Amino acid sequence: MNETRLLLGDEAIALGALHAGLKGVYAYPGTPSTEITEFIQAAEARDRRGIHCTWSSNEKTAMEAALGMSYAGFRSMVCMKHVGMNVAADAFVNSAMTGVNGGLVVVAADDPSMHSSQNEQDSRFYGKFAMIPMLEPSTQQEAYDMMDYAFALSEKEKLPVLMRLTTRLAHSRAAVRVAGTVRDQHLQPADDPSSWVLLPANARRKNDRLTAMQAHLQELSESSPFTLVSHADGRQARLGIIASGTGYNYVMENKAAENGIPVLKVSQYPLPGQKVKALADSCKSILVVEDGQPFIEEQVKALTGAGYSILGKLSGDLPRTGELNPDIVARALGHEPVQFYAKPQGIAPRPPALCQGCGHRDVYIALNKVLADYPDARVFADIGCYTLGALPPFCAIDSCVDMGASITMAKGAADAGLHPAVAVIGDSTFTHSGMTGLLDAVNDRSNITVVISDNLTTAMTGGQDSAGTNKFEAICIALGVEPEHVRVVVPLQKNMESITAVIREEIDHEGVSVIIPRRECMQTLSRKTRKNPK
Amino acid sequence: MKYDIILSGVGGQGILSIATVIGDAAVKAGLQLKQAEVHGMSQRGGEVESGLRLSDSTIYSDLLPSGSADMILSMEPMEALRYLPFLAKDGYIVTSTAPFRNIPEYPEEAVKSAYEALPRVTGIDIERLARENSMPKSANMILLGAASGHFGILTPEQLKESIVNVFGRKGPQMVETNLRAFDIGMSCSQ
Repeated sequence: MNETRLLLGDEAIALGALHAGLKGVYAYPGTPSTEITEFIQAAEARDRRGIHCTWSSNEKTAMEAALGMSYAGFRSMVCMKHVGMNVAADAFVNSAMTGVNGGLVVVAADDPSMHSSQNEQDSRFYGKFAMIPMLEPSTQQEAYDMMDYAFALSEKEKLPVLMRLTTRLAHSRAAVRVAGTVRDQHLQPADDPSSWVLLPANARRKNDRLTAMQAHLQELSESSPFTLVSHADGRQARLGIIASGTGYNYVMENKAAENGIPVLKVSQYPLPGQKVKALADSCKSILVVEDGQPFIEEQVKALTGAGYSILGKLSGDLPRTGELNPDIVARALGHEPVQFYAKPQGIAPRPPALCQGCGHRDVYIALNKVLADYPDARVFADIGCYTLGALPPFCAIDSCVDMGASITMAKGAADAGLHPAVAVIGDSTFTHSGMTGLLDAVNDRSNITVVISDNLTTAMTGGQDSAGTNKFEAICIALGVEPEHVRVVVPLQKNMESITAVIREEIDHEGVSVIIPRRECMQTLSRKTRKNPK
Repeated sequence: MKYDIILSGVGGQGILSIATVIGDAAVKAGLQLKQAEVHGMSQRGGEVESGLRLSDSTIYSDLLPSGSADMILSMEPMEALRYLPFLAKDGYIVTSTAPFRNIPEYPEEAVKSAYEALPRVTGIDIERLARENSMPKSANMILLGAASGHFGILTPEQLKESIVNVFGRKGPQMVETNLRAFDIGMSCSQ
């Protein structure tokens, strides 16, 4: 039965995967990818079909578990934001070497403009790096349609497939025609150690296979149902356009079709080089429109040679940073966008802030109070709501780099003699990537004070389960932190005197201390209260 | 025929519920639709914007081009002004008149004088109306009701049917309150 549903790009991916016979999704929450897993968690089919969908501790454990499910013969999916690819990279790149058994699709959601991220890295480089097929949808409908195709492609080529999308597609809704039938697809478990044991002798053979497949994979991109060529009738044109993902939408919004401009829509990689060359032969110059880094543009430059005119991010016709939009693409096509009303003078920015009543607020108030007496103190923070402690009125943190870096940067600084070196990390971030760093600090007896600000959830992405809830004291003690220096406090204004005393004592303790301020997130608390009113 | 809307407000004010109702009505009416939402960090009391595009033919871009919005529909007066570059020449602004003051120096004068210079503004104190009618959570549906006469591409009746669809799972009380809120909004704009 066909039906039309209003879906976010993320939800279209989730539903496409469910209909393709998914057995499990493995993911760590991260904007803009979170809603993929949440949609599957809420789907009524998940229990009936025994679909795995609980959150993983981090993207690497997610990637490995999905590979294991594929090994067992079932279709699995891994979802993450772009920077999660860095965490998963070891498993991801090597999964291209082992290859897969059941279909395995890796979804990476990039965040150009950094709406909720710390960099703009383009995941397509990972696909090329691992030498695997890659898909890039432009619309919610394609996001849905591509999942069935991606799982089949993965099983046929025995390789993982990378699906790349950006915030604008992930978080935009449109009507999607969906099939409503579910595939029942699985294979026998793998039974081929020479493929799966990456000893050098096996790995060399697998590397030769993967390298030899590249021409075939390019051929698949050339003939992909998602690769579209329009208005390229062989006549010479002044300008042709190569566009991918959301970039294609902005090209079409600017009436490329109505104006008869030849357009090559790239939706599958390795880049369909024959199609690129054919377009180049019929045009005097080519404009490359892609959200992210100049990934296609660099390859098109290499294919067309030095004398050929390529317009895009490298030529300065499109900006190198930030996401594209219809106005930016209009300008690259020589049309000045119309504007009838200017933004008035004096309109103030309204940055996000920690919620009223949030426990992180009390943690920063207490830290600021104590550290006022230690002018050399530095606070190394981490990724989460509590990164907002950087903004007024707190201005309480000195760094935020990547998941887990608070503890290890504090350790490195302390090793060099900096004191006090304080780490502030959330509960979910600690189990994602903080535990191993804490073990390093314990083994070195580094003089650091770690604050695990525990709000019992993964708050910034909307309140998902946190892997370490109820286990933090046990984890810290098991890693070797002395039990008397694992201190739990309740971050409330009325406890300020005792909290500041605890912080002071632990800063003055020579060695590793952990302070765990614990109070539930205001958002998840009010959601629970609404659900179960007393 | 197309109708492009910018929805704006402050995180937590309920602009996504407005988008959900319009979206449901659009799908039921067989229209094309694109609705770009804001998730993640920007929800924490920061500025929130969602572009909503309706059309009877293909819509390519999820984002609105500048100068194309037929309406800016805003839960907060200063937030509407932030998106003025997107407003079409003869576009409408339908906005709450109640400032949300969670920033150090709210620019009262700048907001006031900007509105004096704008044509086609409907300003309604939806927060007061919601309080007076004992429907504190339905200010957003009052605003939608006030705007509904302008859409053209969707009728107020179609939107009311979608209020029933969208709030149905929260119980008949919620449906009834939100329908009443919508009607209060409609009567304000007449």
